Amino acid sequence: MPLTREEIRGLTKKAWDIRRAIIETTFTCGGSHIGGSLSQTDVLVALYYRYLNIDPARPGWEDRDRFILSKGHGGIGWASVLGDRGYFDKALLKDFNKTGSPFGMHLDSLKVKGCDASTGSLGHGLAIAVGLAVGARLTGKGFRTYVMMGAGELCEGTIWEAAILAGHRKLDNLTAFVDRNGLMIDGPTEQITTLEPIDEKFKAFGWEALTIDGHDFAQIGEAIEQAQAFRGKPCVIICRTVKGKGVDLMENKAPWHYGGLNSDLRDQALASVDRHYRELLG
Amino acid sequence: MAEGMTWSVTDGDKLTQAEIYGEVLSQLGDRYPDLVAITADLASSTKIGRFGKKFPDRFINVGIAENSMFGMAAGLAQAGLRPVVSTFAAFTALRSAEQVRTDICYQNLNVKIISTHAGISFGQAGSTHHCTEDLAVMRSFANMTVIVPADGIETGNAVAAAMEWPGPVYIRVGRGFEPPVNKTQDYGFAIGKAITMREGTDLAIIACGVGVLQAVRAAEILKAQGLSVRVINMHTVKPIDRDAIIEAVKDTRRIVTVEEHNVVGGLGSAVAEVIVESGRACAFRRLGVPDCYSIVGYPEDLYHHYRFDADGIVETVGELMRLEIEEDEDWEDEA
Repeated sequence: MPLTREEIRGLTKKAWDIRRAIIETTFTCGGSHIGGSLSQTDVLVALYYRYLNIDPARPGWEDRDRFILSKGHGGIGWASVLGDRGYFDKALLKDFNKTGSPFGMHLDSLKVKGCDASTGSLGHGLAIAVGLAVGARLTGKGFRTYVMMGAGELCEGTIWEAAILAGHRKLDNLTAFVDRNGLMIDGPTEQITTLEPIDEKFKAFGWEALTIDGHDFAQIGEAIEQAQAFRGKPCVIICRTVKGKGVDLMENKAPWHYGGLNSDLRDQALASVDRHYRELLG
Repeated sequence: MAEGMTWSVTDGDKLTQAEIYGEVLSQLGDRYPDLVAITADLASSTKIGRFGKKFPDRFINVGIAENSMFGMAAGLAQAGLRPVVSTFAAFTALRSAEQVRTDICYQNLNVKIISTHAGISFGQAGSTHHCTEDLAVMRSFANMTVIVPADGIETGNAVAAAMEWPGPVYIRVGRGFEPPVNKTQDYGFAIGKAITMREGTDLAIIACGVGVLQAVRAAEILKAQGLSVRVINMHTVKPIDRDAIIEAVKDTRRIVTVEEHNVVGGLGSAVAEVIVESGRACAFRRLGVPDCYSIVGYPEDLYHHYRFDADGIVETVGELMRLEIEEDEDWEDEA
């Protein structure tokens, strides 16, 4: 069922909270992968607040849907969502990156409730997701597995190994997202190494492929529902996003792959996000 | 099947290590309905395909894609299954080291890995298919248990024991055409507990894998020369049996390690770490592949070439026996 106007408004408000949390935590933790955390946020919000069949009170529930952040450097954004969603006290995020904290820049599944797989080194998440999707079939469980990859991560050969496997096994209980913000650390992806056409590549590997605006909740919701309905094929949703989305001084700027914020920059970033959402919500 | 045993094979002494583990795994498939076997186009070479013939629904061949195979094994374990993965040691320990470390060991997942064609047992294949580094790599991964069975029967015991051992386990198997050192399976195999194959007081040989057979043969030759040589089968390289090592140092003051692995980083290094940390002096030699890429050849020729066959061991033992060992009067106090 398509998202209602009210649902979209609720998700939009939630994304506002999460973007603010990412900025605040980046300020306190000394630096983060803020650009990619902001670009992935709307898909994560749609999943965690609307589509994932999860229960934060039971993070080990066997039948829960799984989410893997294969672009593990988005950990600060993921943790902001998990904390807000109630997996842990979000006040703990003030210790992000601090010595002895459960929260490092790449989340550890043994330390962070709600984190279904430890990721960080790129190119690992899709194969783990394939294992979970095959595992669901073998155990007769109905849970779905979602995985988000970065676009630059698609340079990794292991992604394409796993894509072959998922296509061969017709894993229609698997949905992948590509956070297509167009930038990797050293610059625009297509200047460094050509990735396009991403959708045609996945299709050639036996997948369904959808391309959407990854900041438009109506499109995100529609694509997830389509992916859930496909039979006999895994689906990839290529989300056209903006690195640093919502913070004008960061948007589409590769150096904001990783950065720190002093109090002036934090205030500017928060003001930018607030402006963005006030306009959006009217 | 004997009481308390979870597997049995007939003519075990005529089967290779891999043939026995393939058979044992098939039998364990009845006992463990959550056991899933995975390989990367080496179903017949590793013998894990025997499980696949019996349980086709619980067998996954990913094609030639080892990295994704280990990642997938992590996901299967996270879905509540008990994955057993098998490929050649070179691919596990070198190509897929990161997946084994980050996806499996870091998350402390219940994945069992059986790596075949380890060491220089695939002698004619050359160094791309040898693996004399896996023990060094695998024992450096936190949470990993590392087992090097001496023969086929011990491989069966190790595979069965691994099923009841929590967390990731690496079992290293050669091609295994050598005769077995164990006649029966009920000799008290337990992960982490070394087995004394021969008692002795003049010197101790600590060996794993095919080194155990060579050590036993060497001890027999040396016995005829009037030497009392202890042979310790250190089948578990991690966690290593520290007590067995320290006791051997205390009793013999002369230690030789034997392994089908680079002398850097494997059993010899692990034993040396225990000895040095114990603060007890002893004469010590490591036998194995001497930090080089092996020449091509039949495994038994290679063991001889690198002097870790029985002849080579006898030679090294002779050297150590000619060393003057000072008596340490405080020895008992330190113990």
